Formats: sequence, structure tokens, C-alpha cells
Amino acid sequence: MAIKSNNEKSKIASLDADGLPPSKSLWRDSFERLLRNRLAVVGFIVIVLNILMAIFAPILAPYDYADQSLLKTNSAPHWVIDLFPTMTARGEEGGYVKVVDSEEFFLGTDPLGRDLLSRIIWGARVSLAVALVGPIFATAIGLTMGLIAGYYGGFTDNIIMRVVDVVYAFPTLLIIILMMAYFRSAAFAGPEAEGTIQGFLYQADRSIGGMLFIFIGIGITSWLGLARLTRGQVLSVRENEYILAARAQGATNLQIITKHILPNIVGPLIVAETLAIPGYIRAEAFLSFIGLGVSPPTASWGQMISDGSQYIGSFPHQAIFPALALFLIMFAFNFLGDGLRDAFDPRLRGVD
Amino acid sequence: MIVVLIAVSALTFFFMKLIPGSPFDSEKNVEPAVREQLEAKYNLNDPEIIQYLKYMDDLLVPHITGKRIPPDTRGLVDDYLFNISIPGTDRVIRWMNFGPSYVSPARSVNDIFKAHLPISAQLGVAAFIVALVIGIPTGVASALRRNSWIDYFSMSIALIGVSVPAIVSGPILRYVFGVQLKWVPPTGWGTFEQMILPAIALGFGSSAILARLTRASLLQVLNEDYIRTARAKGVRERRVISLHALKNSMIPVFTVMGPMLAALVTGTFVVELIFGIPGLGRYFITSIGTRDYPVIMGTTLLWGFFLVVANLVVDILYGVLDPRIVY
Repeated sequence: MAIKSNNEKSKIASLDADGLPPSKSLWRDSFERLLRNRLAVVGFIVIVLNILMAIFAPILAPYDYADQSLLKTNSAPHWVIDLFPTMTARGEEGGYVKVVDSEEFFLGTDPLGRDLLSRIIWGARVSLAVALVGPIFATAIGLTMGLIAGYYGGFTDNIIMRVVDVVYAFPTLLIIILMMAYFRSAAFAGPEAEGTIQGFLYQADRSIGGMLFIFIGIGITSWLGLARLTRGQVLSVRENEYILAARAQGATNLQIITKHILPNIVGPLIVAETLAIPGYIRAEAFLSFIGLGVSPPTASWGQMISDGSQYIGSFPHQAIFPALALFLIMFAFNFLGDGLRDAFDPRLRGVD
Repeated sequence: MIVVLIAVSALTFFFMKLIPGSPFDSEKNVEPAVREQLEAKYNLNDPEIIQYLKYMDDLLVPHITGKRIPPDTRGLVDDYLFNISIPGTDRVIRWMNFGPSYVSPARSVNDIFKAHLPISAQLGVAAFIVALVIGIPTGVASALRRNSWIDYFSMSIALIGVSVPAIVSGPILRYVFGVQLKWVPPTGWGTFEQMILPAIALGFGSSAILARLTRASLLQVLNEDYIRTARAKGVRERRVISLHALKNSMIPVFTVMGPMLAALVTGTFVVELIFGIPGLGRYFITSIGTRDYPVIMGTTLLWGFFLVVANLVVDILYGVLDPRIVY
């Protein structure tokens, strides 16, 4: 309520000469509403920090993700040992954790003696890459398909939507798992297959640390939801008078779609994609967790959690810290998505 | 529905076959002659389409046999899931043979299902119960006490819950309650105490989704005209809520339950790995690594079947809840 009355006051204060409030564009209005949503802003800041962390990982991370200190495996600095009451430092009675200087390894090391902090920083690259690639695939395929299906209708619509329906009915994760198993073992046969498509894919995959196949797996399934949503949105604006007016003025189909339909439906699409991003991140973490994700030694949060949870009784820090990192980024995207939804359409506040 | 299942089976089968290598060439060095024999034994030399048709024949077509099944040419005893004796004769109708496991030849896929599936099913159902028992009452309470501290508190928790996948909550729960506080055993399966943590880890996220959805849906329904009508004609508030509002607000909640059950079932992979539970999810992941085709195939089909049935049940419940929906 307080926000609303504030809003009213500011509107009255800024009346211009005609006695009307200066008109704001829809985008500007939405943007201002977004800025007032503190949680969304926090989420946005966390995301930006994460992106910076991922881009500048080579500078920020004290070590490379593959650097090993073989004498300091499974170690932790004092503050970490104090944080987890079940951990006891070597030297105390029954103590087993090697103590390192927190300036040397801020979060400690894993069983191979790799710095946890560095690996978490490098791991942001994988998660954010997926967060970027998922929406790109979804937009490239899903948006196009949805626009075509919704705008042209009829036979085209039927074909596209039946394909979407059938693929939708499959258990998505099972498809991704099977595909990953295929890609992984295809890549395994790689070095011999020099010069073939398989060999090329293998090389490409290796050069980006085993992320290529995750991109493909997530991309193939990510576009379905957006295609459906876009089609529905197009159907709802297609019969509006301004479309008719545009057509009467001789606008081509392409012009109508890009200039008149797209700007009117893009809000809900942005919201849906932002809220879908945690799902992509989770899918990558899941795949890496079950061993079908990135190839070692590439650092991925899912894989770190998977490795760490085997030793959670003795070395909880190895699983808990990457888990917190994953939690934070998913949290941030959910906050931002919620905020965007409220900003674009205040009527939907609190509605899923 | 049947089309979807057949499509799933065909896709799985051919994808699986695309995975290079055979089950018998991985780590162990098998003599070429032995390998040839093994491949012949499991029909792996036939064209793929024939392999697929044979598989589907074993699985879907009921076979009538004598009391004992003689070992077939492959030297394998077929193991069927359903064996129904025909009264008055010594014939038995047998149905659903998922084939033998290549990796552990002494066990059929049916044996593996019998050993591991109940565990995964218990886990999935327990998580589903957790989701329902926490999610729906929380959502109802928040909607009825809108903008109160109950609402803000539970919706904040729900927002956290939506962002916490089992991958994150699993290790944390296991450490805090299993390792540190020692309230419940951190790993294993079999007792009720051992079920608590995995079920919460798996069901918490879903309960958050349910709570948010229930709240939103109930708030919307409470604004409907028929609620005002009910109140206007003097129906007691308790009855308005329970009979008129709650029932109608459950419709969108039911739509997500199908996909949610799907998420819980696939989610068992993670939770089974974290908590060391010998369920089917863990077995499935191993079987991809060892290219145990029949196990991969059987598990995928089984899950596909569950999902399709879950969606069907949701559709039927729709009709019951909302008589306006007609098929």
C-alpha cells in the first residue's frame, strides 16, 4: 500500500503543462517497477557478479582449475574446520584434516589437492554458459516455430504443434541422459575418427571442456515450452485491430510479425525464459552429477557436489560450498524472473 | 498415449543402439570368438529392426506355454512378469518379458525391477506425500491469511524451496541431520528413519511449487462471483472455503501433479546417489555405462509408462473436479 501511495504522489508532482503525467513508454515503466523490487535487484546484482566471476576467472581464481597440490589433499583452513563441528584438525585428538593457511587455500582443497575456491570460480563458467545457451536455443528454435505456427495457423500450425506435443510427452531428462550417453561414447571413439564429423565434434567438445554435448542436449529440449507459449501469445494478439490496420496499409507478413506482433508478446516470453534458466542450470548440474556432464578436469558445480558428497562425513566442505554456489545462482535467477513478471504485468503478482 | 509409448520405445531402442561399442567389448578383453558367440546368443547380429521387433514381441505379445518354459535356442530361460495359469489346463499365459541383463546374465531385467523398483517407488511416493502434506496446507493458510506474517514467511520459504534442487538440499540435509546432529542415519535404506531425509530432499522443492500454486489459485477463486453468491446467501465461511473455494482451486494444482510426479521419479537418480540408496535410478545410471541394453530399454519404458499413466489419471481427475470439462 505504501508503495502505491508514493507512486500516486510522484505522479501528481510531475504533472506537466497539460495537466497530464508525462507519458512513459511501456518499457520504461516496467523498468522502473523492476528497480523498485529490491529482491529482483539483488538477484540481478548476483547474476552480474557471477558473470564477471566467470569472465575473469583466470584473473580472479588463485589457481587453475586443474592445478594440484599433492601434499595438501583434503585440506581445510581453520575457519572452515570451525564452521563444520564434525571436522577435526590434525594434531588434535583423532583429528584428520590437514590444516592449510586460509590465504593459501581459502576454502580448502579436494581429494586431488585442487583449490576449492578456484574450482568454484571456474565452475561458474559452465553454469552460466548453460544459462546463456539454453535461452539462445529456445529463442532461435522455439520463438521461430511458435511465431510461424501461431501466425500462419492451419496445416503448418498442426504439424509444428504435433511435433511439440510428441516430444513434450517424452520424459525430458531421460532423452537428455540417453543422448549424453550416446555423445559421450561417440566422443570416446574420437581420436581414431580423425576427419569425420564424429572426430570434429570430439575436438570441438574437448576444446571447451566437454560442454558442447551438454549444450546440444539442453538445446534440443529447451525450445518446446517457448514454442507453445509464443504460439498462444501470437494467437491472442493476432486478431487485434492494429494488426488489421497494419495489413490494410500493405505491411508484409514479416513486417507484421516483427514490428507489430513481437513487441506486444515479448514481455511474457522474457519472463518465461528467465524463469526457465534455473531449470537449465539444474539440468547441467544433474548431468555432471551423474557423470554424464563435463569431462574432467573441467570444474562444474554439479560434479563437485557429486564428488564431495561421497566424503561428506569427513570433508563436508567439498560438497557444501559448491552446493551453496549453485543455490545462490538459481535463487538469483528466480528472484529476477519473479521481479520481471511483476514488472511486466503487475496483475500477475504472486501468481505462478 | 499408446503412440507416445511406442515412439518412446523406438527412440530409446535406436538411440541406444547408436551408442558405439557392444556390451561385451568394454573393459574386459573378450576373445573375438567368444564375443561372436555372445552376440549371436543375444541376437545382436540381426538387423536392428528385427532386434526391435523381437524385443517388442517378447514384451507385448502374450505367449502361451506349458508349465515350464524350456530354455530357448539362446540357452536362456525367459522370465515373464505376468504368469497366469489357464484353469483346467496345464497352459500358462505369460506376458511382459524384458529380456535378460547382458552384464549379469543370471538376472533377468524383471529380477532387477523386482529388487530395485520398489525402493525407488517408495522413495518417490514418500517424497510426493511430503510435497502434498507440506505444500497444500501451507498454500491454503497463506491465501486465507493473505499479507499476514504467515503468508510472508511461508512464501519466502517457498521461494527458497523453488531454487533448491535435490542436488543442493541432499548433501546439506545429509550433513546437518545425518552426520552432525545424528538424528537419522545419513545413508542406507530400509528403516523409516532412513527414509526421512531422502524424502524431504526430494519432496521439498515440489512442496514449494505446490504451496505457491495453491495460494495463487485459491486467491483467484476467492474473487469469483460464485464465492460472493455463496457468502451472500449466508453459507458459513468454513463451508464456503472448504466446499466452494478449495475444490475449485485444486484444478490447476492437479495439472502440475502429473509433471511433478515425473520430476520426482527422475529426481530419484540424484537422491539415490547422494544417500546411497540401492534403487532403480542408481542401477539405470550404471547400466548406461556398461551398455546393458535391456536394462536401459526396460527402465526407460517403465518410466515412460508411469508418466503417461500419471497424466491420464490427472486428466480423469479433471473431469471429476470440474464438470464443465467434457471429453
